[in-house]
Amino acid sequence: MKKFLMATAATALMAGSAFAGSHGNEVKLGVILGFTGPIESLTPAMAAGAELAMAEVSASGKLMGGAKVTPVRADSTCVDAGAATAAAERLITSEGVKGIMGADCSGVTGAILANVAVPNGVVMISPSATSPALTAAEDNGLFFRTAPSDARQGQVLADVLMEKGIKSVAVTYTNNDYGKGLADSFAAAYAAVGGTVTTTAAHEDGKADYSAEVGALAAAGGDALVVAGYVDQGGPGIIRASLDAGAFETFVLPDGMIGGALETTFGAEINGSIGTVPGTESEGATMMAKMIADAGIAGGDGPYVGESYDAAALILLAMQAAGSTEPGDYKAKVMDVANAPGEKIYPGELAKALEILAGGGDIDYVGATAVELIGPGEAAGGYREIEIKDGKLTTVKYR
Amino acid sequence: MDLLHAFLTLANFVLVPAIAYGSQLAIGALGVTLIYGILRFSNFAHGDTMAFGTMVVVLVTWWFQSMGIHLGPLPTALLALPVGIAACAALVLVTDRAVYRFYRAQKAKPVILVIVSMGVMFIMNSLVRFIIGPDEQRFADGERFILSARDFKAMTGLDEGLTIKTTQGITVITAVVVVAALFWFLNKTRTGKSMRAYSDNEDLALLSGINPERVVVITWLIVAALATVAGTLYGLDKSFKPFTYFQLLLPIFASAIVGGLGNPLGAIAGGFVIAFSEVTVTYAWKKVLAYLGPEGWSPDGLVQLLSTDYKFAVSFAILLVVLLFKPTGLFKGKSV
Repeated sequence: MKKFLMATAATALMAGSAFAGSHGNEVKLGVILGFTGPIESLTPAMAAGAELAMAEVSASGKLMGGAKVTPVRADSTCVDAGAATAAAERLITSEGVKGIMGADCSGVTGAILANVAVPNGVVMISPSATSPALTAAEDNGLFFRTAPSDARQGQVLADVLMEKGIKSVAVTYTNNDYGKGLADSFAAAYAAVGGTVTTTAAHEDGKADYSAEVGALAAAGGDALVVAGYVDQGGPGIIRASLDAGAFETFVLPDGMIGGALETTFGAEINGSIGTVPGTESEGATMMAKMIADAGIAGGDGPYVGESYDAAALILLAMQAAGSTEPGDYKAKVMDVANAPGEKIYPGELAKALEILAGGGDIDYVGATAVELIGPGEAAGGYREIEIKDGKLTTVKYR
Repeated sequence: MDLLHAFLTLANFVLVPAIAYGSQLAIGALGVTLIYGILRFSNFAHGDTMAFGTMVVVLVTWWFQSMGIHLGPLPTALLALPVGIAACAALVLVTDRAVYRFYRAQKAKPVILVIVSMGVMFIMNSLVRFIIGPDEQRFADGERFILSARDFKAMTGLDEGLTIKTTQGITVITAVVVVAALFWFLNKTRTGKSMRAYSDNEDLALLSGINPERVVVITWLIVAALATVAGTLYGLDKSFKPFTYFQLLLPIFASAIVGGLGNPLGAIAGGFVIAFSEVTVTYAWKKVLAYLGPEGWSPDGLVQLLSTDYKFAVSFAILLVVLLFKPTGLFKGKSV
């Protein structure tokens, strides 16, 4: 009986995928984001951004001679690797998606890549996974990301510090993957350019008092304190305790620490502190903002919406360039369409790009976030260098 | 050798914070020890009683601030303190009427009362979160520093700064005043003496005409005042977050037990013992040793016995050692 049930289930599954595959002129793309969980407030806008690109391509009628692109959403939960893997498995086996826009958080992205995407040979482009560990992940050339690795941010921070003449720092990070990864990559980059990290210590979020942590950091000393934490968690507590004890006066603040709350809490007290946050100055960002506003996407000014649009667009353009919707065929084309040489393509110009590719031409997809894929297929990453002047976060330059 | 700089560093990062923290623990432990001495049970709800009192103080402080009432260089919260104490007293009296009186009449065993107090703890805990939310709230205002590191350096021309926060000053002064008042009350007034008599021998006290319900009510009033004061001082000095008050229960109990449960003097001593142990064991001594050692020498490591994450483990370890070797505590409290 059990065997019979299994057999029935297997038959049903196979029938299902065969049925999905039989739609000749339809391309399905998976959109796996954490629609529930810690970043559920950000993901609807990200998904809408990706679907905007798909709708644009469908409307143009130029993909592979008029194929329609259909998004299929699935929930990555951001934190539960098991649930995310199951969701991705369903997309591929029963929905028959030809590529995946996602996932969002670094942990589940790695799990889906290793357990589903690589075994099934499906291309994945993540808009927001920033863990340096993904750079070295075994991916058979199937994994790309339009968000820069935090390793890149560590490099940028180290460069900024050197230019300012800050040669020794103490580092404290929030005790999780993000904080640890960022602290490690920064320490490595900083040491490589000749800086000294006097100590690296974790801090737990949500404590009332950080004077003991600051005492230890102060004992190690340094010209500045790198706080790789969150602006609405323990980060401000560390800064407050450092200022109170006179331990540090200059702070180095990566992306998690950059927020309006910094201005209201500290103002001019942390003048001269520096920070970095992902961002580009390209015209693409402005065009994307207008498209989002026109489409009426709620929360469209949130993070990673442009990256999501770019991720979906890259998959579709690579398909056109390869003349095939099979991941095995088009995976090699992703880097080609993303990078020079070729005609520069901004958001809203996907129809033009499809036409050029159909004619055998070359494109350089710039998109909303000035996409430039390096290394094993991740965004080079533009960062905005920030300095606190007169109690305000001011942009110094883009790098 | 540079004794002055070594001392300044030590004072800035160890002595001043530990004295302030010790005072806060001492006032909290006094409340626990009073309940243990007079009502004869360990009140697990004490941390959340502190949180409730502080929450009222925070809310009233915001109200005063919105009306433009300020206390100049002092925090407005001091003005709101009486309201907080009154509200907290009302809460503990209602709790006593509704919950503890029943078990007192049954002459329930202390361990049952402990479990009951845990139930009360969860309810108070939720009440506070329900009203003000689980997030961190800041309500300190007025002058932040009596002496700031930057000013100190400019004044003396030394390399090391010394910070004394206004809240730290207020904490120590308030602690001295509160403790003096409490001891005067317990030792000199008739009511205080009747409380001590009730604590020493309940039956004899009843025979000599002491009204037990009156003693209980006065005890709760004092405990509410102590809890609110301790909570407000901690919140001003650090920050107010319901969960951290729940966590404070461990060091507070450790202080009371180390000093000797039921002994007010012991509670104060215990508070400082715990505070100094927590701070000194988790402090990185590198800088101090570098100043003390020969010129140009400094230790390679941070010379930190335990990472700061193990702060609570220190309280726990001391608690264990005391319970194993001297269960009545340093100052001969009641045997646990």
